[in-house]
Amino acid sequence: MSEAADILVKFDSVQKSYDGESLVVKDFNLDVEKGEFVTMLGPSGSGKTTCLMMLAGFEPATHGEIYLDGVPINNVPPHKRGIGMVFQNYALFPHMTVAENLAFPLEVRGMGKSEINEKVTRALEMVRLDGFGDRRPAQLSGGQQQRVAVSRALVFEPKLVLMDEPLGALDKNLREEMQYEIKHIHENLQVTMVYVTHDQSEALTMSDRIAVFDDGVVQQLAPPDVLYEKPENAFVAGFIGENNRLYGKVTSVDGKFCQVELEGGGGQIKALAVNIGDVGSRTTLSLRPERVTIGAAKGDSTNSLEAKVEELIYLGDHIRSRVSLSGNSDFVIKVPNSHGHVHLKEGEITQIGWEAEDCRALDA
Amino acid sequence: MADDLTQGGPVLAADGTPLKASLNKAMRKNRIRALLLVAPLFIFILFSFLVPIIDMTFRSVDNWQVGTLMPETTKALAKWDGKDLPDEPVFVALIADLQAGAESREIGKVGTRLNYEKSGMRSLITGSARKAAKLKEGPYKPLVLKMNKRWKELETWTVIKRNTSPYTAGYYLNAVDMKYAKNGDIVRQPENRRIYGKLFMRTFAISLAITIVCVILAYPISYLLATLPLRYSNLLMIFVLLPFWTSLLVRTTAWIAMLQSQGVLNDLFVFFGLVDDANRLQLIHNLTGTIIAMTHILLPFMVLPLYSVMKTIPPSYMRAALSMGANPVVAFVRVYMPQTLSGIGAGSILVFILSIGYYITPALVGGTGGTLISNQIAYHMQSSLNWGLAGALGALLLASVLALYMLYNKIVGIDNMRLG
Repeated sequence: MSEAADILVKFDSVQKSYDGESLVVKDFNLDVEKGEFVTMLGPSGSGKTTCLMMLAGFEPATHGEIYLDGVPINNVPPHKRGIGMVFQNYALFPHMTVAENLAFPLEVRGMGKSEINEKVTRALEMVRLDGFGDRRPAQLSGGQQQRVAVSRALVFEPKLVLMDEPLGALDKNLREEMQYEIKHIHENLQVTMVYVTHDQSEALTMSDRIAVFDDGVVQQLAPPDVLYEKPENAFVAGFIGENNRLYGKVTSVDGKFCQVELEGGGGQIKALAVNIGDVGSRTTLSLRPERVTIGAAKGDSTNSLEAKVEELIYLGDHIRSRVSLSGNSDFVIKVPNSHGHVHLKEGEITQIGWEAEDCRALDA
Repeated sequence: MADDLTQGGPVLAADGTPLKASLNKAMRKNRIRALLLVAPLFIFILFSFLVPIIDMTFRSVDNWQVGTLMPETTKALAKWDGKDLPDEPVFVALIADLQAGAESREIGKVGTRLNYEKSGMRSLITGSARKAAKLKEGPYKPLVLKMNKRWKELETWTVIKRNTSPYTAGYYLNAVDMKYAKNGDIVRQPENRRIYGKLFMRTFAISLAITIVCVILAYPISYLLATLPLRYSNLLMIFVLLPFWTSLLVRTTAWIAMLQSQGVLNDLFVFFGLVDDANRLQLIHNLTGTIIAMTHILLPFMVLPLYSVMKTIPPSYMRAALSMGANPVVAFVRVYMPQTLSGIGAGSILVFILSIGYYITPALVGGTGGTLISNQIAYHMQSSLNWGLAGALGALLLASVLALYMLYNKIVGIDNMRLG
């Protein structure tokens, strides 16, 4: 996995500041392997787009070095980097037809006319837009424009393709469809992709690895399943998927596990010790809503507490139940709408429980 | 489609009235309100703009003088065949008209009008009118022929007869350097009297030059304005708009101070040894002065549409072009510039049309070589008082601007023009 020869992109302690006073990107390190799909995920202003712009060459790095295929590229202008890019607003040239848009990167490379025609035709076929070559971008739907933008970034066969929130302007259904389409293109062409988004489901669907950004720092870099199931800090746990938080004080540490005294008088909880300080320090317990069992008798699970049902929201496949527990009234449980599931009533007191392995004690 | 649903009859509203009528009724209130909102401006434009234009255009063909002030002669000349001097009845009518005209002191207007077509006519008419007052009885023909030898010329009578018609093409002929020959044919003016054609050509050439200079100067500034961060671009915008907030006269006078032979620019040139003190550059009261001063004044009209178009072009287009391997120059020429064409078109047509009709600046700094057609129109309005000719020149100017506008619409499409 980590042989140096397979690494296409390397960020080596890159920093970026726009005003000379504050850092937008603080010490960014990332290795992207050939053929990999890496997503930079984070809230807006977290520095993910800045990293992409530095890689594309539109923003200079304030400190550190970026390598492409082992070559430092800080002083290589963008048009000599050979990196394909898809922009948020597609950036299809409005004064050219679709075919002219696709031919543009080939023409500036001085390719012959017949070769260009052949490649353009193939690129249009790849995104199922054969016959659309003579249209103007404005005559295409959002999804079609998106597909043209993707194929334009790929038509000159770059080693690396960058995508800056390319699906942000599409409606929900189309966005999901395009996610699969881009994923399939990636699988078929084996091209390396670096993708930027603030939409976690998009990141989980498409990526081989996800770098979660916050405040200019990568909080965790891991495959989607690891990120969801084993978040390393409270930010990642809260940012990826739905998450219940309970705050408490570490009372004892016992190997992999620790005991936490809940704030609000909920009692002692056994949790996985992932990212905690010494005994006595404050910790955030992270627990996925689907890992909580309801109505179990005391002693069935490692941790068992009494909760009061505050609100029930019927969502078809599951019932979202908001309960209050240990002074926290935002504790959410997903009750699957399966045959014979527990029927809760608002105001009811019920017993809930969870396993120690599913409850991660993280930084406060 | 609606017709299919109702088997061809009109679509009806719920209460059975035709849907169209129902809609009209519903929309009437809105329409009246819209009408009232535009009414003040419409009335203002009607009286301050449209009516004067129509009036001046009418004056360019109006030819009331002879027909109104010499009604008897007009009637008598109607039967004249134009091959020989008219007979006695015409002379009787002429004397009657001249006597009446001298009495009412209006005969001079006829003289002035006829003098536009043939010089010497004014003195002929007014002189004869004075003498006619003393005539008692006829036959008048020999007496009139004795008054002035011009009455013996056939051309004099041809000119008078031609102008008995209430409308004339004479002013337009004059405006395009043509005239009636002695026999009444339309011919070109002699070489040394063709001034308006040259002036029109010069006006178009200067306007074109100003437009081109404006595009060249405005393009980089607009690009800078559109790409700079807001706080810098606002400051720059103020500098661009500064000329707008200064009086036109002040700016033009400032250019005189700058450009004259003993002015700031020439002093600097001499100081740096670029030109000899004896051969200071003539930068004002000629073509150069007109172009420099007018470019300065009209530049904002080019910057603003260009800026507003460039502002709408997101930086990602250039970035996309760069990422696809185009070097910055190619990316700029092939991706950025084509998208600014609508702004160039809008700015150019604005500057061109404004400069074609510009008056005050060329009048002040143009000298003899840098005056435009508008200065000639002003001359005929204010000094020579030949309003007919002024009207004809103005109408030609208006027509050429409209023609250009239509040409532009055909080539570029007026819908593509964006002012902001």
